[in-house]
Amino acid sequence: MSKVMGLTGDEAIAYAVKQSNVDVVAAYPITPQTIIVEAFSEYVYNGEVKTEFICTESEHSALSACIGASLTGARVFTATSSQGLALMHEMLYIASGLRCPIVMGVVNRALSAPINIHGDHSDMMGSRDCGWIQIYAENAQEAYDWTLQAFKIAEDPNVLLPVSVNIDGFILSHALEGVKVLEDEEVDKFLSTRKTDLTIDPEKPITVGALFLPDYYFEIKRQQVEALKEAYKVIRRINEEYEKLTGKSYGFLESYGLDDAEAAILCLGSTAGTARFVAKNLRRQGKKVGVIKPWVYRPFPVEEVVKATENLKALTVLDRACSFGAPSNALCSDVIAALYQSDRELKVFNVVYGLGGRDVAPLDIELIFKDALEVAETGKIKEPVKFMGVRE
Amino acid sequence: MVTLKELPTEELFTSGHRLCAGCGAGTIARMTLKAIKGPTVAVNATGCLEVSSTIYPFTSWRIPWVHVAFENAAAVASGIEAAYKALAKRKAWDKDVDIIAFAGDGGTFDIGIQALSGALERGHDFLYICYDNEAYMNTGIQRSGATPHGASTTTSPAGKVIPGKPEFKKDLIGICVAHGIEYAATASPAYWNDYITKVRKGLEVKGPAVIHVFSPCPLGMRFESEKSIELARLAVQTRYWPVYEVEKGKYKLNIKVPSPKPVVEFLKLQGRFRHLFTPELQHELGIIQKWVDENWRKITQLCGKA
Repeated sequence: MSKVMGLTGDEAIAYAVKQSNVDVVAAYPITPQTIIVEAFSEYVYNGEVKTEFICTESEHSALSACIGASLTGARVFTATSSQGLALMHEMLYIASGLRCPIVMGVVNRALSAPINIHGDHSDMMGSRDCGWIQIYAENAQEAYDWTLQAFKIAEDPNVLLPVSVNIDGFILSHALEGVKVLEDEEVDKFLSTRKTDLTIDPEKPITVGALFLPDYYFEIKRQQVEALKEAYKVIRRINEEYEKLTGKSYGFLESYGLDDAEAAILCLGSTAGTARFVAKNLRRQGKKVGVIKPWVYRPFPVEEVVKATENLKALTVLDRACSFGAPSNALCSDVIAALYQSDRELKVFNVVYGLGGRDVAPLDIELIFKDALEVAETGKIKEPVKFMGVRE
Repeated sequence: MVTLKELPTEELFTSGHRLCAGCGAGTIARMTLKAIKGPTVAVNATGCLEVSSTIYPFTSWRIPWVHVAFENAAAVASGIEAAYKALAKRKAWDKDVDIIAFAGDGGTFDIGIQALSGALERGHDFLYICYDNEAYMNTGIQRSGATPHGASTTTSPAGKVIPGKPEFKKDLIGICVAHGIEYAATASPAYWNDYITKVRKGLEVKGPAVIHVFSPCPLGMRFESEKSIELARLAVQTRYWPVYEVEKGKYKLNIKVPSPKPVVEFLKLQGRFRHLFTPELQHELGIIQKWVDENWRKITQLCGKA
């Protein structure tokens, strides 16, 4: 772990894929994911990888080809954003239902209409119940680290589920960072090639994707629930292995200032960096604030969220996507459900922010912390769902 | 041409499936698997053949069989083909595997045409078989881009104002040939040795090949199930379904029809055209005959025979 490379978020994912002995990549370009496909195409066309690269005619076919390849026993990767993920929607459920351990880089971008190419979480949140393991990275380093781990998590025989590694469109996809990368040999040792007994082999013919009527369908879905529970254990184990290799400690979430914080912000992805920056300044002024950043969104880390929030008096959950007409938005609803299940009476309010790439300024975050501290002090929530940084 | 003696007695597409009596798709699947010569994988688009042959926990397929969805059989086949290549590169695989994608006309002419076009353009080594029963028969006989003019379906009914489907059938082979693929052919299950020979040719080609085969459907076309093969033969003998192949761009008529029967012989067996056999709509029969003649002229011209 000695080399540092200047990589954008997209390039960091592409580089991790290059090192992961991926057999098949099937993908289609879309902004802001395109750099991943472009960077990987260069590896292929310059003979730096042995991967079979299928440049498909749509995202739907990209994921369809990935499913075919994954069922055949190949290690498989694809990447997309926004409309591309929406076009894949049908295949997302089939990939998890057929237990294909595909890894996908999702460069989060707003959904049309109106059309917008900038970052928010509408795309993945719109598909959050698709049965995939879902990871959100804060920066290019995390995108690199999680992509390597994602293959190992996905392909674990107790899991066999697809994984999406999410990064914020443009904010991470196009921003250049210094990324500590492993040597190829170190990755080989950690990951090796995919090994599976369950393949499409003419010598051992199996039928995949049969028709399941009401007498069997439910059991298949129940098994998927169980697989995500298994994934919870496997993620922890792989994080430990990765820590041994790199010294970098991952988990289900990362918290800051939670030892004594009375109010905290919980958010996904790059916004956590801004929130931590603001929290540090406020803490210097004696304000007891903290930040919680879940890395893993599915399986949802119930236990970890409950534990991280145990000393808090107020929590603000930031959602970069809108669940129109819902009592609260996706991430916040999950947090509230997790706390409710544990009989916790923590005051939680929801803030929708940054849709369509609307900038998140430290001052905006500071105001949210102030609101959260007020709720912590008074025990009263004025507005359960607020909108930050929008003309109303 | 293959002979009966050459064909294996082993049934790789087994009995016990729930396709209708007289269904062309079952016959076509069975004949296809009698044509294969080595390790083969089947990909099946959603449709009659898929739902009727793999009702869990049963399967009629004694070769590996994969169903993913309706519109993407060609894309799934692309992925399987690429995976075998990749596994061979890292020495995790050492067999040559043939890949056959089966899809109906809905999964080919309409919702699946994009995935098919992409796979043909990319040049994956696989055989795509479209079994064409000329409508969405699995969901209850709705019109498709393959439904012929005049046919009554549940979404192009024989109405008081519009007497069945106004539009004509798409030229699937023309579309496929335009991709520059090495082998494309039409076939009819009534001519089994022609069909089996074509399946073998399609598999031998390096790169994509397409076979478009007529698939009689007693339920949707509305005829007696025992007349299935008779109808498949009449389709050819009336020149409704020209049987030809295109090898490296060169067209060849495989079944000559020097003295064709009038197309009404083919139409009158089927309930979907019954409404046309009335004094008010008789001119429609003429329109269909004209389409048949024109199509035949076009194909035979391409084949170099007037």
